[in-house]
Amino acid sequence: MAKNSTSLLSPAAWTAFGIAATALVLVVPVLNLALPATSAVHVPDYLIALMGKFLCYAIVALAIDLIWGFTGILSLGHGLFFALGGYAMGMHLMRAIAGEGVYRSELPDFMVFLDWKELPWYWHGFEHFWFAMLMAVLVPGVFALVFGFFAFRSRIKGVYFSIITQAMTYAAMLLFFRNNTGFGGNNGLTDFKHILGFSLLEPATKAGLYAASALALAGTFLLCRFVTVSKLGRVLTAIRDAESRVMFSGYDPLRYKLFVWTLSAVLCGIAGALYVPQVGIINPSEMHPGNSIEMAIWAAVGGRGTLVGPIIGAWLVNGAKSVFTVAFPDLWLYFLGAIFIATTLFLPDGLVGLGRFLSGRKKRPNRDRS
Amino acid sequence: MIRFAPIFPVLALLGFLSLPSQALASDDAAGGDYQKAVAGLASDNRQTIIESLDAIARLGDPRALPALDALQDRRLKYDAKGRALIVAKDERAAVDAVTGENYAGPLDALSDPPVNNLVRQHISAVLSSLALRSPDPEQRLAAARELADRPVESAREGLGKALAAETDGRVKSLLEQTLAQIDLKSPDKAARLAAIRAIGRSGNSDFLPALRQVADRQNKSDPLNADGEITEAATRAIASLERRDLVVRAARDLFFGASLGSVLLLAALGLAITFGLMGVINMAHGEMLMIGAYVAYVVQEFFSSHFPNYADWYLPAAIPLAFATAAVVGMLLERTIIRHLYGRPLETLLATWGISLCLIQTVRLIFGAQNVEVRNPAWLSGGFEVVRGLTLTYNRIGIIVFVVFVVVLTWLLLNRTPLGLSIRAVTQARSTASAMGIFTSKVDMWTFGLGSGIAGLGGVALTQVGNVGPELGQSYIVDSFMVVVLGGVGKLAGTIFGALGLGFINKFLEPFSGAVLGKIIVLVLVVVFIQKRPQGIFALKGRTAD
Amino acid sequence: MPIEAVRDITGAPGDIDVSRGVILYVESVSVEFDGFKAIDDLSLSIEDGSLHCIIGPNGAGKTTLLDIITGKTKPDAGEVYLGQNIKLTELSESEIARIGVGRKFQKPTVFENHTLFENLELALHCGKGLLESLFWKLTPARRARIDEVLEIIGLTGEAARFAGLLSHGQKQWLEIGMLLMQAPRVLLLDEPAAGMTPHEIEHSVELLKSLAGQHTVVVIEHDMDFVHAIASRVTVLHEGKVLAEGDMDFVRQNPKVVEVYLGESHA
Repeated sequence: MAKNSTSLLSPAAWTAFGIAATALVLVVPVLNLALPATSAVHVPDYLIALMGKFLCYAIVALAIDLIWGFTGILSLGHGLFFALGGYAMGMHLMRAIAGEGVYRSELPDFMVFLDWKELPWYWHGFEHFWFAMLMAVLVPGVFALVFGFFAFRSRIKGVYFSIITQAMTYAAMLLFFRNNTGFGGNNGLTDFKHILGFSLLEPATKAGLYAASALALAGTFLLCRFVTVSKLGRVLTAIRDAESRVMFSGYDPLRYKLFVWTLSAVLCGIAGALYVPQVGIINPSEMHPGNSIEMAIWAAVGGRGTLVGPIIGAWLVNGAKSVFTVAFPDLWLYFLGAIFIATTLFLPDGLVGLGRFLSGRKKRPNRDRS
Repeated sequence: MIRFAPIFPVLALLGFLSLPSQALASDDAAGGDYQKAVAGLASDNRQTIIESLDAIARLGDPRALPALDALQDRRLKYDAKGRALIVAKDERAAVDAVTGENYAGPLDALSDPPVNNLVRQHISAVLSSLALRSPDPEQRLAAARELADRPVESAREGLGKALAAETDGRVKSLLEQTLAQIDLKSPDKAARLAAIRAIGRSGNSDFLPALRQVADRQNKSDPLNADGEITEAATRAIASLERRDLVVRAARDLFFGASLGSVLLLAALGLAITFGLMGVINMAHGEMLMIGAYVAYVVQEFFSSHFPNYADWYLPAAIPLAFATAAVVGMLLERTIIRHLYGRPLETLLATWGISLCLIQTVRLIFGAQNVEVRNPAWLSGGFEVVRGLTLTYNRIGIIVFVVFVVVLTWLLLNRTPLGLSIRAVTQARSTASAMGIFTSKVDMWTFGLGSGIAGLGGVALTQVGNVGPELGQSYIVDSFMVVVLGGVGKLAGTIFGALGLGFINKFLEPFSGAVLGKIIVLVLVVVFIQKRPQGIFALKGRTAD
Repeated sequence: MPIEAVRDITGAPGDIDVSRGVILYVESVSVEFDGFKAIDDLSLSIEDGSLHCIIGPNGAGKTTLLDIITGKTKPDAGEVYLGQNIKLTELSESEIARIGVGRKFQKPTVFENHTLFENLELALHCGKGLLESLFWKLTPARRARIDEVLEIIGLTGEAARFAGLLSHGQKQWLEIGMLLMQAPRVLLLDEPAAGMTPHEIEHSVELLKSLAGQHTVVVIEHDMDFVHAIASRVTVLHEGKVLAEGDMDFVRQNPKVVEVYLGESHA
């Protein structure tokens, strides 16, 4: 990393990226849709759904790498942005099934159940897909902007900041659990049937959503790469290492932090919006602090500050979770706890860092940047 | 309000039987009235029954009690000749209500007097007013309460007489209130005014609806209410009652806020100590609380099965055990894991979160995922009512006392012992302390033990007011962090003010916004407050490294 | 050779009004920390283009003064002006840095996880906003400038090394280099000679002297020979106040200064 190459990726990296992207976006759906179920290379439907989920998680991991790996800000509340994007999509899907619910009403079932007579003002507009997508970007983005502005301006740093983000998502979770907030209470929004006219049960739709997630991940990766190899990215890591020096060199850390914080929130929102139609439900437990903390560990396991690492980390940890919760449900939390402990104690640079170390490449000097 | 009606006649009867007979002044002239009244109880006409009841109330003759009792029990019947008869409980025999003679006739030929709710009200009122003569003030108090619940016009005279003779202050005020309630409807303006003022003084807001009716000028039903003086008096009385309500509510909120704040304080104190010393935010801190609570549970079960006679003493035994257990667990964690992450607070945060997951799962596997029951010992159950509407429960008082005790002990330990001196030295300047020969790593361990132990004590306190389940720590961790952020680290006072402050704010906001919104508002307040004062309320000042 | 090049690495003088010849005014500044008066009604002025040294015993408030000028600490009372009309006390640290006041810290503060090259690149005088940084390109001119400064600070060979691996002295030079890259109008140096070899000290004396004129250099130092070598003007601080001011000889002979430095007995 001595000479500043102005290209995004090295030729070798571009090749790898191209292969991975093609495989994920094109090959996998083809293997799922075009081949019969009996074929050895057929990708089963459940795997498409699972991988789709993992792709969304990977986007979140990238977002977390941006603010934590590169800028040194540990957020324990990114699940909130993810959930907000998810709710935006969920609200659209609820509006899409107007008249098809149990109560055959224009209003979502849970509102009929609560004896509400009309749609609250904040639900209007979500019948349009474009509006919902706009909200999936704007709501987490604006919220992050406002929250970040006040938090960063007051120079809240380090663990204090992390705690406050945890409280932020916790409070939001409590808010959404209430029935009268109008988002479905603790049941959340569910029972979706179709999106943009396509039935959510059709394999083609699922594959389409999967492919969209893969494309989003590819795009996010390139975007993050663009940011991090630019001078802006170097300022971010400088902020992580010595914020005072950054200030005295003439940069306003507030703006940079706010930028990357808001960007990461928006990315999470998009990930959430893609996630919800694939899993069929969004409820307040998505905002549970535990979820957000898990997201941080995906990035840590993979390797902070590497972009590729967190993608790997997200897939690995969630893959392990899928395996454990089926085979050894009682042990999953132990395993997850162990991952937390082992990663922080033994693998501070994550798996990618381990890989680099083993292959003899240079390590950065100061690991105590936390 | 507990209804004393069923037990009451028996008590009243006993009370009366213990009175010397001279006290029960019943003239011979009144004797005839008495007989007539008792006979009238067993009439076929409801109005007659009510009038007879009123008559008995006026006479105040306790001999009527068996008949009244029977009437309430539907055991007072009349025969073809209209004689009132009391049927025994076993329904085998009957006696004449007036004379007491045995009745020889057939029981199934008897008829029931028509008793409806209105009649029953009168019966209860009469019973109560008779009991107002009892020498036992507690009985009189109970009777007065009964009557206060159902102020019946007919009881007025009896009440007036009782009030004149009454000596006990509490009974007196209750009787005054009841009379006032009755007099609110009195056609006599002076009486009504007096009643309004009396109610205003009494501070009993149960009368607010009645007063509001009086003050309501639109209410045409009672012409006297339109009188300016009456309306003014009523409005003033309403204002005074509402003021009092506010004060009582504030006091109650203060009390609950203090008790909530004190639990928060114990939870947050340990955190402030470990964070202040080592910069370690221990996400497993909530689980130290949980461990303390479960130790209390285990000790309770142990005592119940092995020392059932001393079952309630599990609590004093649990306290040191909980402290020790949580402290040991904390020290173990410090030695094995946290020590290696020194200087990396964010990673410590994650590692301790992992520990917390393991701890919760362990408890879940051992004790089950459901809540377990920890009972209040008898000496902490119940409470006392300071004024109407404000009951101070013993368990909360106990917690407050306990927490004060723990805080004082902690302060002593930190400020008056060598260990405390070492802790404070290392908190302020680690390398200097180390250079002076203090074993900083040992101090780290002890500090972690101390902080965790205090949390364990907090867990024990929690068992007395809340549910105990594996997720117990989780609900307190966010609040504890808020306290630490708000109060700053390095000084005990900061944590105390932070915890109490949060406790009070939470409680005072609750009635307006509900618990959830309250939490959100608190969060917003903390973030805003931190803007002005990033180091918290009481932080150690000086050249802190960025 | 390199020293002349330094003179070319200047930002535009900007709109700092130095019509009176003074570039920095400190007016009746006071600041208190938890009851301790670190700076007590202190006033001094720095002439444009001068090489001004600030000396004084430990705890006199020298670093605190720099903190106030650069915006790190807000004074309880008083004002600091850049030129005739720019009130520094109202600006943030990054604004002050952009406006042309550069600082080197007592403890070398560099970006440890970046290479030397990247450190200098980050400090380079240019637009420091978000968009500028996002689309910033390393032009040949910029690269040349970085190379020049690398030569001046004598670390050309280490360009690809991570700054965290440098020695203390090398980090000092890197920080000086970053300051040069910033091309500020006023350079504030907090104990630049600490940890330097005599040869390096000579080099830095040369460097600072060559900067004076186009730039203003304010140095906090303890090394008296260093001060003597460079200073055109010396201010002595004691207990948050100005004790004496003048050229080196005047200050050296001032009895108050002697007392403060050498203690009571001098009779």
